[in-house]
Amino acid sequence: MSTTTPAAASTLPLPLIDMQRLSVRFGNRDILCGLTASLSGNSIGLLGPNGAGKSTLINTLLGFYKSSAGSARVFGYDVGTQIAKIRGLVGYMPENDAFISKMSAVSFVQMMGELSGLPADMALERAHEALFYVGLAEARYRPLGTYSLGMKQLAKLAQAIVHGPKLLILDEPTNGLDPSARQRMIRMIRDIRDGKEMRIVLCSHLLRDVEDTCDEVLILKQGRIAHYSNLDEERRANKRFLELETYGANGDFTEAIEKLGCECAVTANRMKMILADGVETRDIFKLAAERQVRIRRMNFRRDTLEDIFLKAMEG
Amino acid sequence: MAVYRRNYKPYAGALTPAWSRWFILFRYSRRNLFRSKFLTTLFVACFFWPVVCLAMIYLAHSASFLAQVGLPSGIISIDNTFFYHFISVQGVFAFLLTAFAGPGLISPDLANGALPLYFCRPFSRAEYVLGKSSVLVILLSQITWVPGLILFVMQAGLAGASWTGTNLWIAASLFVSSVIWIAILSLLAMALSAWVKWRIVAGALLLGVMFFGAGFGQAINAVLRTQSGNFFNLAYLMGIVWNALFQVDVDHAIPVLQAWVALLVYCAICLGLLMRKVRAYEVIR
Repeated sequence: MSTTTPAAASTLPLPLIDMQRLSVRFGNRDILCGLTASLSGNSIGLLGPNGAGKSTLINTLLGFYKSSAGSARVFGYDVGTQIAKIRGLVGYMPENDAFISKMSAVSFVQMMGELSGLPADMALERAHEALFYVGLAEARYRPLGTYSLGMKQLAKLAQAIVHGPKLLILDEPTNGLDPSARQRMIRMIRDIRDGKEMRIVLCSHLLRDVEDTCDEVLILKQGRIAHYSNLDEERRANKRFLELETYGANGDFTEAIEKLGCECAVTANRMKMILADGVETRDIFKLAAERQVRIRRMNFRRDTLEDIFLKAMEG
Repeated sequence: MAVYRRNYKPYAGALTPAWSRWFILFRYSRRNLFRSKFLTTLFVACFFWPVVCLAMIYLAHSASFLAQVGLPSGIISIDNTFFYHFISVQGVFAFLLTAFAGPGLISPDLANGALPLYFCRPFSRAEYVLGKSSVLVILLSQITWVPGLILFVMQAGLAGASWTGTNLWIAASLFVSSVIWIAILSLLAMALSAWVKWRIVAGALLLGVMFFGAGFGQAINAVLRTQSGNFFNLAYLMGIVWNALFQVDVDHAIPVLQAWVALLVYCAICLGLLMRKVRAYEVIR
């Protein structure tokens, strides 16, 4: 496999994460069993119930755990042999509390920046920037031990981005946050994603978090891949699936829709249809108007991540 | 970039060399230690005995002053015993300094779960241990072999080349005896703080290992009518090694070589315990 320089790593069309039969075993327990996947989205969600192996997968990709079989690559670098290079490209926000309680946020983030290789003066400047960016500007000289849970999460995010990583790994970033703090965190992650400077791997058991921030999702169940889904493609596909509630519709209306090339299923006053290529919703409204049919409700099918997740869990 | 700009910008500048990053931990940990006024006071107090020794060396070579105060000129003898006593006193101060400073080095990182943040960066466990232990090593060096060698140089300057040539081995003894004591104290303090995680308890445990170890050793000696209990007494083992290094004749129950081996085994055990705990995440099997 390629041994690119870190600077070039994000620009090459390599998969962000490539796993080949990756297994992790603790004692007699198989935690990850033969994961094979190639993920290259800008924002990847790792989803699964508690104990599915999400955090173990992240920790294995960071080299904290050794794989018992198979291999994994991040940006083309092998996790087993080139972990220092991977760590140089990664920013990691762990799930649990991780800070140094007596340090001020700015010292803490500066130290983490320096440990990532930034010169001391640059690390200090970027620590201020990162803390401003995450919204801790006013509290940046306070000891981390005095922070609320939401603020600690933001400080963890600041230390993860201070050195400008190419990949940001977020492990349960909204854990324990109240709704408004969660919204703020999600907004921040979306902002980072839309900035295109960093790629994101977000690990969560909260479907909404993944749905709101990710364009690819890998669902894990009992250490195995239960489903892989490209949410962007799913969303695009859903745009072709319509549900109508009508009043006054008859066979003539259904027939007219089918003549447009759409597939249609009718139950009482409800219709489900898959729009043919080139057919838009205004064509349906036009047909309805011509036939004096009232459309009381029109919905795109919203095959939510919840549906995908539940299907994966049933499988 | 000005701090008021809140959009994120990646860093594209040069990075510091990877080999130098352990020194970052040293800087931050040392700064953190010296925030304590007590530690600063203790550190300053550690220089009291070297200053006294310095004055004694000066007086030993000031025959006129000794004559003025009515003391015979040979009353202060600067020899191997003088430096042995110097290192013995400084060794006690080194222990006190370690008991206060050592437990606070690693335990806060473990208690607050900070280790994953260190190790998710291009920064290894060995560098972490090196960075943290260097705080103690440099701190203890400043009060043991560094002032010891300054005293030796002072004495050599005043006594002349003949004395220096004959007693050069004392300088080596000063250095080696300090280094082995510093290694044991540093590793023991860090291993205990890594396993206990609670700074105060780790400090108490360090005192316990030294004092209760001696008591336990004496109990074994008394009950089993043996001398093997002395292997539990770190200070005793260190005393044997120091006596041998400074050629001070004292009868000991344990041969010097065995004392050396026991101390090295203690170092290896502490290092093993330390490396076992210094991990990003502990794996529960």
